[in-house]
Amino acid sequence: MAKTIAQEFTKGLWNEIPPFRLVLGLCPTLAVTKSVEGGIGMGIATTFVLLFSNALISILRNIIPPKVRIACYIIVIATFVTVVELLMQAYTYAIFRQLGIFIPLIVVNCILLGRAEAFASKNKLLPSIADGLGMGIGFTLSLASLGAIREIFGYGTFYGMHVFGPSFEPFTFMVEAPGAFVCLGLMLCLMNLAGGK
Amino acid sequence: MREIIKMVVVLTILSTASGGLLAALRNSTQERIDLQVLQFVKGPAIKKILEGAANDPITDRFAIADGETQRSFFVGKFNGKANVVAFEDFGTGFGGNVGLMVAVDVDTDKVVGIAATTHNETPGFGASIETDKGFTGQFVGMPITSAPKVTKDGGKINALTGSTVTSRAACAAISKAGEAYQRLKPEIQKQLKTFSG
Repeated sequence: MAKTIAQEFTKGLWNEIPPFRLVLGLCPTLAVTKSVEGGIGMGIATTFVLLFSNALISILRNIIPPKVRIACYIIVIATFVTVVELLMQAYTYAIFRQLGIFIPLIVVNCILLGRAEAFASKNKLLPSIADGLGMGIGFTLSLASLGAIREIFGYGTFYGMHVFGPSFEPFTFMVEAPGAFVCLGLMLCLMNLAGGK
Repeated sequence: MREIIKMVVVLTILSTASGGLLAALRNSTQERIDLQVLQFVKGPAIKKILEGAANDPITDRFAIADGETQRSFFVGKFNGKANVVAFEDFGTGFGGNVGLMVAVDVDTDKVVGIAATTHNETPGFGASIETDKGFTGQFVGMPITSAPKVTKDGGKINALTGSTVTSRAACAAISKAGEAYQRLKPEIQKQLKTFSG
């Protein structure tokens, strides 16, 4: 029954793509997808944390006592989140400013704890890395696509470049909070249609 | 009993390793982060309050040791003379420290302008310290050593709407800046001479 590593990787991209299939990690999904740039930045930061926390938790899975496992996972995750925070501050300050509080909040993102508990704590190192990477890239793609839709309609731009020309009247509703919910709802609907459920 | 010991040991080792890693990373990225903050946060604030200066205040800067810390001073040249310095001090606001860049005319000891740098104040309330010219304008022209207070505390400064705590933080930052200025004035004047001419 053991899946191959490739399968562990690709499941995060479609079958179990985090925000759309598992409907996990919605807080950053809704909050930072005002632009493609924000979505990609958040996605990459989450992927980094997911990859390293999954790897480390998988290595430590036989050492961590079951009764304090959640505490241990949180320490590991929080450490990597702080690493990302410091690195982003040092090298990509503009994106860090845009994402603001949502970078430290990766700690409480259910995807991370979910993958640690459901996957990394029960599997060997390589499948865990594949799982983390797949989930992270799936999350990044979801955020980027949601960001693209909202940015194109909300500001008339894509990655900061104008797509419709100056006469376009921005549909500002899309970059407000309700627009995020509507957009996510429509995406979920399309995903379900495409998945034949 | 053995289980408890194991839990304690594992958690302790994990936390220690995490703490050590983060401290090391913080040390090694500190310099770059300071540089980024200078460019993205302090830079715009300095440019705002030293508008019209003949030089670039961000490159024309010097540092003076104040007790155990180093203070950075940014020089503004007006009318061919380097007579304005901008420096930062902090007051405690609603969400931690509120950083304030204060520009002082060395000839008259009067405030030329103030601008907020780093803060975690509530958006829509305290955070308007960044943009509310009616508030920051009140400090312009007052002696730097006058220790301003908000009207609620018997002073003359009209607080930002709904943000007395933030306004108090601004007043406290200016009072502290005034004390530092008095303490370091001879040194500041000496340094400024090297920029004149």
